[in-house]
Amino acid sequence: MFDIFLDDAPALVVVLPLLISAIIAFMPSKIWPWIISIITLFLHLFLSLHLLKEISVSGLIIYEFGNWEPPWGISFKIDGVNIGLQLLFSIFVLVSTFYSRKIFLNEIDYRDSGKAYSLWLLAVGSLNGIILTNDIFNLFVFLEISALASISLIALGAGQNRKALLAAFNYLIIGAIGATFYVIGVGFAYAMTGTLNMNDLVIQLAQYSDGQLAIFAGMSFMLIGLMVKAAIFPVHIWLPPAYSYAPSAVSTLLAALATKTILYFFVRLLYEVFIIYPSYLSLFLDFVLYPLSLLAIFIGTVIAIYQDDIKKLLAFSSIAQIGYITLAFSLKDHSGVASGFVHILNHALIKGGLFMAVGYFAILYKDRVTLNSLKGFGYKYPITSFALLICGLSLIGLPLTNGFISKLYLFQALYTNQMYFSIALVAVSSALAVVYFWKIVEQMWFSEIKFKSEKEDAYIYLPIWIVTISIIVFGIYSTPIIEFSNLSADYLISGYQN
Amino acid sequence: MSNSFLIILGIITPLFAALFSYVCRYNNNLRDSFGIIGGLITFVISLKIFHGIQNNEVYQITFFTLFDGVDFAFKVSALGSIFSLVASSLWILASIYTIGYMRGAGEKNQTRFVIFYSIAIHAALAIAWSGNLLVLFIFYEILTFSTFPLVGHKQNAESQSAGRLYLSILVGTSLIFFLPAIFWIWLKTGTLDFQDGGILMNKFPAEYLSFLIAMLVFGIGKAAIMPIHRWLPAAMVAPTPVSALLHAVAVVKAGVFSFLVVVVYIVGPDFLLQTKSSDWLVWLACFTIMASSIIAITKDDLKARLAYSTISQLSYIILGAALASSLALKGASFHIITHALGKITLFFCAGAIYVTAHIKKVSDLKGMGYKLPLIFFAYTLGALSIIGVPPFIGSWSKFYLIMGSIEREFIIVAIILGISSLLNIYYLLQPVVIGFTQNSKKEIKLIKAPLTVWPPLITGLGCLVFFFYANYFLNNISGVIVN
Amino acid sequence: MSNFIYFWNHFAFILLMVGGLFIIITSQNYLKKVVGLAIFQTAVFVFFVSLAKVLDGTAPILTKMANAYSNPLPHVLILTAIVVGVATSALGLALVLQIYKNYETIEEKEIESLELKSDK
Repeated sequence: MFDIFLDDAPALVVVLPLLISAIIAFMPSKIWPWIISIITLFLHLFLSLHLLKEISVSGLIIYEFGNWEPPWGISFKIDGVNIGLQLLFSIFVLVSTFYSRKIFLNEIDYRDSGKAYSLWLLAVGSLNGIILTNDIFNLFVFLEISALASISLIALGAGQNRKALLAAFNYLIIGAIGATFYVIGVGFAYAMTGTLNMNDLVIQLAQYSDGQLAIFAGMSFMLIGLMVKAAIFPVHIWLPPAYSYAPSAVSTLLAALATKTILYFFVRLLYEVFIIYPSYLSLFLDFVLYPLSLLAIFIGTVIAIYQDDIKKLLAFSSIAQIGYITLAFSLKDHSGVASGFVHILNHALIKGGLFMAVGYFAILYKDRVTLNSLKGFGYKYPITSFALLICGLSLIGLPLTNGFISKLYLFQALYTNQMYFSIALVAVSSALAVVYFWKIVEQMWFSEIKFKSEKEDAYIYLPIWIVTISIIVFGIYSTPIIEFSNLSADYLISGYQN
Repeated sequence: MSNSFLIILGIITPLFAALFSYVCRYNNNLRDSFGIIGGLITFVISLKIFHGIQNNEVYQITFFTLFDGVDFAFKVSALGSIFSLVASSLWILASIYTIGYMRGAGEKNQTRFVIFYSIAIHAALAIAWSGNLLVLFIFYEILTFSTFPLVGHKQNAESQSAGRLYLSILVGTSLIFFLPAIFWIWLKTGTLDFQDGGILMNKFPAEYLSFLIAMLVFGIGKAAIMPIHRWLPAAMVAPTPVSALLHAVAVVKAGVFSFLVVVVYIVGPDFLLQTKSSDWLVWLACFTIMASSIIAITKDDLKARLAYSTISQLSYIILGAALASSLALKGASFHIITHALGKITLFFCAGAIYVTAHIKKVSDLKGMGYKLPLIFFAYTLGALSIIGVPPFIGSWSKFYLIMGSIEREFIIVAIILGISSLLNIYYLLQPVVIGFTQNSKKEIKLIKAPLTVWPPLITGLGCLVFFFYANYFLNNISGVIVN
Repeated sequence: MSNFIYFWNHFAFILLMVGGLFIIITSQNYLKKVVGLAIFQTAVFVFFVSLAKVLDGTAPILTKMANAYSNPLPHVLILTAIVVGVATSALGLALVLQIYKNYETIEEKEIESLELKSDK
């Protein structure tokens, strides 16, 4: 009986959260929206697992909406490139939804709980759409839905700090400019090719084999728009305030997944579509993305050192980490792209864990978490603090954590491309990461003030520890992440070599 | 008991000591006894492994694969068996000494101190027995992080800034130089395992070898070669048991041990001798030896003087590794033992003087020799050993190092070693001379702390006794050098 | 010159786009920023719709009179984009309203000075 649904699994992973979000929007209850969301996300995970099973058999699923054949209809594509991210997305969303309940109850009016989870599911569904869609205009729609949902969620932080409103407004304006740039690019592409389907686009673009100015202009518009959305330096300015003033649960979701999904589409556009203009692509990668990544790594890390507000510190470190990912993607070969995917997956876990722990501290401290306010937290809240410690060590990239695996493969990719300067910079910036992270540790364990340990809420620290343990597990047994990333790179890069 | 079980037991015993110390944190005597018990157990195990290595037994255990060609594995090498023997045997004495010192000086947070002390020993043992370079790196970092609470123990502004300097130099250099160097080796050879004769020969481009050596020697900041030596004097703000065991034995020896291991089991002495890529390092080591000896003379603070002396002595080992001839490597490996024994004696004495008389400066030692005869006796034994006077154990390693430099036809190096010994005499024996010759009019109250007196006496006498049993260690060391 | 006439729709689009961006960047008033954003987005709508025009084409309704039809797809796309644009503007206005309730001003400079004060 479920088979009917399972056939539509690719659509359901997106549609189900969107539908449920409409249902729970006006539920006045305190707990039911959460329960329904959890059930929905369990189903979501189940569907993702089903997709994984299907992919392992067939290798490629093209889902046509309303049976309109591409290139006319909208289609979703699931292949080796996105299945890994889809799975991680499902799992992490579920974990962070578990985590979110107590956090939301503390940070927003409980009567708004229904609306909050409605927006939450809206964001989840649309971000998932970004992962799956095979249609460049459809992507714009998902981009905007996810942006609007995220902005509303960020604005919920106004109950804590009114600056959240300004952060949300900034995100709205900058995000909308980015999305509009993207859609202008889509317009150019459509004008030249008459298609919106990514696979068809490649075929149609082939007729302009030596390229045309209009196409390059369109490509540039699309890429810049996506760069704004993915918070690639220097168009990242919306991200730090947005992440740091959002309610804690929301920053967890956004920091872990929002930019990652867009980065994923970004790289897919680069290596699946724009690959047919190798000269343009290498121009963009070598002279735009590569230097910007290096700047992002360095500047993001340095700014993070000077932050007093922990959530802002983590947000700036995210800028640097996005720099690592784009650095890997700018390498144009299999090892580079694979290491980029490795870091997308690993960093989602690391940053998710860090934001979860800091978010819990914010609840406990009942104010914004600054360096000073963390004094003695290592003794007061040992369980959460220890999780934070492990996530932080992983962020630095010490062995036995998954951050190390990321670094290992990034180094390998850089080495095979003979980019020794970048290796040096990455090494230096990972050493600088010690500085800002150790400032936190010092406050937590080595300050004058000490407390007796207090009871911590298992509903909150269990999800944190699930993430933390996965960080260690993937540091020791990295095969799943490596396999998925290699698979992604296999699918993407085969085009480039020809 | 199987061999692999011995390794596991040896490595986790200090962890259990830390755990039990925490569990029994309200009973001071019980809490502090676990250090001694743990020391005894690990010492017995290390001794057994040491003998096993002599009889060509293999001690190894593999847990899981980290990534291609690199396992999380332990395998005891001949060098490692020596290092673990030194660390574990001195841990027993240091634990006894710690009780006397910490209580005599009335330090706070003793439980935390004991716990991290044990964890540091755990890391040092794991470094000694690590099966490949990455495992070594992991425990190298754990050692750094676990000693940070010990350096910053007093939690005042001075110790905090010292702790930051300590951590930033050690972690910074390891992440910037050491880890990329490890990656480099892995990318070239596909493995990081320690093998007799090294793994780089024919796989690593010879023209870049000096660069790799530079990354390694500067990346292993714990070896404290100039200009990466600032952390060691800074770390002297820690209580003396830390300076004694960790900053004279475990931590710094872990540094030079790592470098020796890299030279012997990764690069391979033959490869080094062929390419002469480490000859520049000989001169840097000589510079460090001379410069830090001269700085040591200018220091009035006894612990700071000993710290600079340590820096200079560590460079002896680096020098031996850089010369890479069989005699020099023998001397370098043996110097790990001899210097550990001598320097821990000196630090024990410095701490004992501080606890009993609250004196930190050399110039304040006037007349103290008559009041604290046992301590000064032990100090003299240790100092003579480090200077390299026969019949003290320190003379052996210096002898081999000088022979090694002559073997490589670095006559100037041999001369520098000689001059450095003269400087040693001056700055190490000056406190003794002051203590016995000049008289102070100041009345100084003495606090009794007998537990701080016996450990230095034992190690000091050890310096004397082991001179005659040097072959006992040299047998194992000869197994190290196969060229 | 002929290029200008041939591509005049592009110039109109560029003019609107740059005007919108200019308003977003220069105006200190949050409300004006939202308006600027709306103009900026409208530029894209114009661009898309003008793309759809086929010379001598009629509305895409099957009749015997027509020998060419304009392309309907961009219209459909823009319908979606308009909805998105409306939602964006609505959310923007809601945020401006909330900002006004919290700060009693929607001027960027005044809010900045208020925040500076509260930080101290």
